[in-house]
Amino acid sequence: MKIKQKDKKQPKLDMNPMTDLAFLLVTFFMLTTTFKAEEPVTINNPAATSEIKLPEQNIMTITISDDGRVFFGLDGQYSKERLIDFMGQRYNLLLNEDEKKRFSLISTFGVPVGELKTFLAMPSSTRKEYLQPGIPIDSAKNELAEWIVYSRMVNPNLRVAINGDTQTKYPLVKKVINTLVNNKVTRFNLITDKEKLLADG
Amino acid sequence: MGKQQYAISETKAEKARQKIAKKEVDIDMNPMVDLAFLLLTFFMLTTTFQRPQAMELVMPAKPDKEAVIQEQPIKESRALSIYLGNENKIFWFVGLTNPVLETSDYSRNGIRKILLQKNKEIQDVVVLIKPSELSNYQNLVDILDEMAITGIQRYAIIDPTVEDESLIANNSSL
Repeated sequence: MKIKQKDKKQPKLDMNPMTDLAFLLVTFFMLTTTFKAEEPVTINNPAATSEIKLPEQNIMTITISDDGRVFFGLDGQYSKERLIDFMGQRYNLLLNEDEKKRFSLISTFGVPVGELKTFLAMPSSTRKEYLQPGIPIDSAKNELAEWIVYSRMVNPNLRVAINGDTQTKYPLVKKVINTLVNNKVTRFNLITDKEKLLADG
Repeated sequence: MGKQQYAISETKAEKARQKIAKKEVDIDMNPMVDLAFLLLTFFMLTTTFQRPQAMELVMPAKPDKEAVIQEQPIKESRALSIYLGNENKIFWFVGLTNPVLETSDYSRNGIRKILLQKNKEIQDVVVLIKPSELSNYQNLVDILDEMAITGIQRYAIIDPTVEDESLIANNSSL
């Protein structure tokens, strides 16, 4: 009978240590987090043993998808605002302030300059689902070259990273590399996935 | 008079405070904990810890049109050509005149063994990486990675010549 009475007592759990721990972790993650940039395509990077880390800032990323589309990305909101100013003048795009602002918030895009205005006019939900055709890179109309030239004008300390998919065909990669070399970018990074170097045996 | 009143009111306050203090204050912590864990989950899922790895590649600059450059031809015996074919095939040969074409692959016992061996055999070996139109980006990164692993300092990415293409085509049975 006595035991039964003991059971009736409500057990009390001290939640404070758990709360402390939870908040500690929240603080940690809040401070260390950098949000994943939204990518218009999924890229499977090839694996390599290289240990070099990609710099966090001053980086221009040229993404080449496996279906042969080329995307361009630049970090820094301010740099992008200046870049679109230059490009707007170059191609006479007549973008308003609102559209420029929107451009500066996009991390990676792959539309020809001619489509840029309509692309920016889309609401962000439509823009996410819109299949971007990629930046033209043919020798007759190499828009990628223009983006590279003006980006380097905006930020001379820019480093270039090529973000290619494993299945991207080499001729397209060659075109991108040639475009870079033609514009005096001879040193660049190829983004890779980590691969463990197996011991020789 | 005034002083006394003050003293009285102080004791009253003290009593009141004691009354409150005696009662245990129970704050329901559960909503706060819920919120904390919600935030924790959110940050854990959105965070990216690892910055992407990268591999550095330096290409030769395009020479100015006016500049006169004297191209130094490399010795034939020092040139190791690696032709990146389709379907992850590798064709390789040493030299240029009547080379003996051989095949390999990207595995550990494939091209890496050959590169290590040739690096020992040939002094100042120069590797000519010739990615074909049918090779893919993975092949290029793989072969550049092999260069880093085997420690070969001199290599260049160049387009396959017509002779290379016909050599491969004539030996497609390999």
